[in-house]
Amino acid sequence: MARAAVPGGLSARRAWRDATLVERRPETDSAVTLVLDVDGWPGHLPGQHVDVRLTAPDGYTATRSYSVSAPEHGDRVELTIQRVPDGEVSTFLADGLAVGDAVRLRGPVGGWFVWRPGQAGPVLLVAGGSGIVPLMAMLRARVAGSPPFRLVYSVREPDDVIYRDELAAIAATDDVEVRLVHTRRAPEGAARPAGRLQGTDLLTATGWDGGDPPTCYVCGPTGFVESAADLLVGLGHAADRIRTERFGPSGP
Amino acid sequence: MDFVTRGFQGRPRGRDERLPPGQYLTDDFPVLSAGPTPPVDHDGWELWVATEDGARHTWSWPELMALPAETVTVDIHCVTSWSKLDTEWRGVSLDTLLADVETAADFALVHSYGGYTTNLPLEDLLDGQALLAFAYDGDDLRPEHGGPARLLVPHLYFWKSAKWVRGIELLLADSPGFWEQLGYHDYGDPWREQRYQGD
Amino acid sequence: MTIPGHPGAEAAYDGNLMAGPLSELFALDVTVAVVRCRGCGASSEVATLRVYGPEPGLVGRCPGCDDVLLRVVRTPDAVWLDLGGVTSLRVPAPRVPLEEDVDRSAQT
Ligand SMILES: Cc1cc2nc3c(=O)[nH]c(=O)nc-3n(C[C@H](O)[C@H](O)[C@H](O)COP(=O)(O)OP(=O)(O)OC[C@H]3O[C@@H](n4cnc5c(N)ncnc54)[C@H](O)[C@@H]3O)c2cc1C
Ligand SMILES: [Zn+2]
Repeated sequence: MARAAVPGGLSARRAWRDATLVERRPETDSAVTLVLDVDGWPGHLPGQHVDVRLTAPDGYTATRSYSVSAPEHGDRVELTIQRVPDGEVSTFLADGLAVGDAVRLRGPVGGWFVWRPGQAGPVLLVAGGSGIVPLMAMLRARVAGSPPFRLVYSVREPDDVIYRDELAAIAATDDVEVRLVHTRRAPEGAARPAGRLQGTDLLTATGWDGGDPPTCYVCGPTGFVESAADLLVGLGHAADRIRTERFGPSGP
Repeated sequence: MDFVTRGFQGRPRGRDERLPPGQYLTDDFPVLSAGPTPPVDHDGWELWVATEDGARHTWSWPELMALPAETVTVDIHCVTSWSKLDTEWRGVSLDTLLADVETAADFALVHSYGGYTTNLPLEDLLDGQALLAFAYDGDDLRPEHGGPARLLVPHLYFWKSAKWVRGIELLLADSPGFWEQLGYHDYGDPWREQRYQGD
Repeated sequence: MTIPGHPGAEAAYDGNLMAGPLSELFALDVTVAVVRCRGCGASSEVATLRVYGPEPGLVGRCPGCDDVLLRVVRTPDAVWLDLGGVTSLRVPAPRVPLEEDVDRSAQT
């Protein structure tokens, strides 16, 4: 196996490393971006994630996965944490971790739910809640000449939109379209009333009809991903062009 | 031990002198599952016990209901470190179920709807130590907690208390179950912290 | 959430969650590997398996038939892996086995 041929760099990748918080950037009332400094970070692709491990004084540990939210940038790793009510790890990361403190981090991992800059063909991104995070890394990795992107982003209410200003700026460029779907409360005067994601939300406005079919990336709470992927299949997207990543149950 | 994350405590981990080492208290009833909840209703339900020489005993749901049942209040301890004190269950003692079964077996491999298995010494199922439970806290046992009927062997870690029980295979030699094949302890005594093989 | 007749719809996660734990075992990223189900013969990328867990262990089930394909348990001093539900596991690997290339694909 290739294992025998792999030098020390690999065990470094596998190991749990220290990641020190250098900056904390509030995104919404309940989401915050953490900028971590990780010595010797090997780099990553948009869509990959890391595992974060916390250890309490009595030896109790808790491990959770978080997606990188920005493209590779030296030793800097950015995560965006959505605070889950009563969540053990998300609330600590969102509120408790102070600049200068360190957590243990493993990664980057996951090579399937990734978009490689340079990858051909249009892209349809479908996000539910914090599922925007890895998709934002993909959007941020676009360069001049990248294929067209379309983002359908489902949130409960207008205040839940993470990366709001940056998404508005991105949406102003020619070949990215951003559509917000509000499930509980839509903004004043919105054309689409609040309601859960439907097939019509996923139809392209600009239209890729006749062109290459898009690769779809669907991410968010497990229930959201199940229904969004079903809608895409119902609209005729080939199953092997739909990539999904389930963040877990969305609670009671 | 790993280095401590400054400021991290985790969810409150209640202590109590009735807790085995390394366990903490929980008030809710976490559901751990290795697969989908099998759709089993009372009509289609059947329990079998098979002995080492091929003899087979079976019970339908009405037959199970006709057996004397008892209510017990016990503490349960999950290998993932939560314990729950004073839980109330109703079911049929394994002593009752196995009373007429002739066997020289020393071990049992418990089989569940959905394919789960777990192994334990036969003697740990006897002498009032184990129940086939069909009610929890006064209500029918809910499917996510193992209904129609689950095993309850509270003196061992809770993965031994198989949900959705459908059969008990009596064996002369121990045969590891679903988690026991993959690093978990063959016996699983919480008071000796027998979580993993070799503990 | 449960969608009747939709295998794995009850699973909390998918195979992406296995990437970190499996990285302890394999040089290459196994979530992009294709496994063939012993039960129904379907081939799936590990990332698309329906995953239950993470406690007491990760159980990856076939998206086609719900059979157990892959299990991983981390004990304090070992990683246990069961691949009994699959007949084969195909991992994309670099065409030219230069050390550099192997390491690169392992990262991505
Ligand atoms: C591959 C992968 C990548 C992920 N990337 C990110 C990311 O970039 N950003 C991010 O914020 N999260 C991400 N998650 C989710 C994250 O790993 C945790 O599950 C989440 O932070 C909750 O952990 P917790 O310890 O706070 O909650 P827990 O203490 O584990 O859970 C508390 C309660 O909240 C419920 N719950 C769990 N998750 C959610 C949820 N998402 N929404 C609502 N209720 C929930 C649980 O059912 C439980 O009842 C990712 C998950 C995976 C598998
Ligand atoms: Zn199958």
